[in-house]
Amino acid sequence: MDTKYIIGIVVALIIIVGAFLVLGGGGNSEQKISIAGSTSVQPLAEKLATEYMKKNPDVKISVQGGGSSVGIKSVQDGTANIGTSSKSLKSDESTGLTQYEVAKDGIAVVANKQNTVSGLSLDQIKGIFTGNITNWKEVGGSDAKINVIIREDGSGTRDAFQEIVLGKTSNDTKVAFVKEAIVQSSTEAVQQTVAQDPNAIGFISFATVKDAKALNVNNVAPSEATIMDDTYKIQRPFLFLVKGDAQGAIKAFIDWVNGPEGQAIIKDDKLVPVGKVVTGNSTK
Amino acid sequence: MSRWTEEYFIEKGLLLTAISSIIIIGLIIIFIFKEGIPAIQSYGFFNFVFGMNWSPSEGQYGVFPMIIGSLGITLLSLLMAVPLGLLCAIFLAEVAPARMRKVLNPTLQTLAGIPSVVYGFFGLILLVPFMRAQFGGTGFSMFTASVILTVMILPIIVSVSEDALRSIPHEYKEASLALGATHWQTIKNVIFPAAIPGVITSVILGMGRAVGETLAIIMVAGNVVQIPGSIFDPVRALTSNIAIEMGYATGIHYNALFATGIVLIFMIIVLLIIANYLHYKKKVTIGGGYL
Repeated sequence: MDTKYIIGIVVALIIIVGAFLVLGGGGNSEQKISIAGSTSVQPLAEKLATEYMKKNPDVKISVQGGGSSVGIKSVQDGTANIGTSSKSLKSDESTGLTQYEVAKDGIAVVANKQNTVSGLSLDQIKGIFTGNITNWKEVGGSDAKINVIIREDGSGTRDAFQEIVLGKTSNDTKVAFVKEAIVQSSTEAVQQTVAQDPNAIGFISFATVKDAKALNVNNVAPSEATIMDDTYKIQRPFLFLVKGDAQGAIKAFIDWVNGPEGQAIIKDDKLVPVGKVVTGNSTK
Repeated sequence: MSRWTEEYFIEKGLLLTAISSIIIIGLIIIFIFKEGIPAIQSYGFFNFVFGMNWSPSEGQYGVFPMIIGSLGITLLSLLMAVPLGLLCAIFLAEVAPARMRKVLNPTLQTLAGIPSVVYGFFGLILLVPFMRAQFGGTGFSMFTASVILTVMILPIIVSVSEDALRSIPHEYKEASLALGATHWQTIKNVIFPAAIPGVITSVILGMGRAVGETLAIIMVAGNVVQIPGSIFDPVRALTSNIAIEMGYATGIHYNALFATGIVLIFMIIVLLIIANYLHYKKKVTIGGGYL
């Protein structure tokens, strides 16, 4: 009796698995696109991929992270069809690649809503994050110590902020953040910390600003318009990289991303859609 | 199947299940060492363990401040949780009326079941601002992390110690009371000393959780790589270091994080040896009362 049951179950399993193999594997018209690269672009790429696959069921898109440098490398050596990067490419990196700038992301410098300071210059921001300015009264605020909140080593937002605001020293090494800075490991943790601490300052993607106050930088308030026309200085491009010229399914996907449907999704993410091919070696 | 072969297979089967945990821990240690040793080799053992700077983007991998951070957070939380937990266990085992125990025990179990990320979020939203208002600074500190950890390890210490106190033979208590000792004298001089090995076990378990806790610590400790000047300074624990940076690490940085894991394993082994030694010592001196 028992053995009969077991044999029955095994047979049923074999039939089910077999059916999956035959029917699932039979779709040979399926096209695959692999995307790899920047962890900052990843959420957007995943959203775009999901929507696109809904519209085009015969295309399979996989999205992986790894960082901008991984994105550049994997598209160069062909392990990914599309590489993503959240920083402009250097000339030696961009050889042989077509760059599509799909969006721009502003990095907002945020402070507590009660803070009387409404704007800072790039130099003042650099001073605060490197530890040369330690009191709010030095930048026109009340007499209180500045609590600096930063992201963890490796974060794309941190890298971009460090490169744009802190820059490099004369011997081409990155300028370090102030040693006493509190490290938080997510955008939301930085935002919550700044939202509660009247003396805190941090930086987060402009798209996510909600409970904190985004400061003006060089007298320019961050907004879609100022990010688009490059007057807001702390910003980075979201790039899709393709080796040579995009063809077939890859071209169709990128065209869709840069078309009205893709741009609407990008706007939903509070990013600024750009949708153009970057010509020349570098955008900046 | 003869009785002999059946016996043989069951015995070997049980042996296999028993040593599977040893095999698993062995494989984990081999893997961690395999990944971590290259970093220690290329950076130098002393530079790694006693280095004061951790800055992967500049190629600096010194974990000493984090060792201090982990030890500090753990000891500070034990300092608060052990007295609190023991008194609570004594109350539950000896003093509390049955009705009260019915309410308190499930409450403690719930406390143990709350996921650590919830503790962390609670700490970030409520405790950190409170600490900032009370003690100044940013509110992110070794002390804040220890307070959260205290709440997290309290249920372990209470429940294991309570079991130890309860399993003391009833004759001990009766003999002591018959000699004219008061209830408190009995607890202090007879029941508690006899239960000490079990109490130490509870502290070991609590300590294990404290050293290994990651998520809640990341959210409230501030994660600054520095040797804290006071308990109100922010620190980074070894576990936090691995969890924060693993997502991005490549190359030597990746190996260095595994090496951090090696340091953590050694730290836990040393703490366990000390705790087990105390456990063993007390077991002998107490004589008949061991558990």
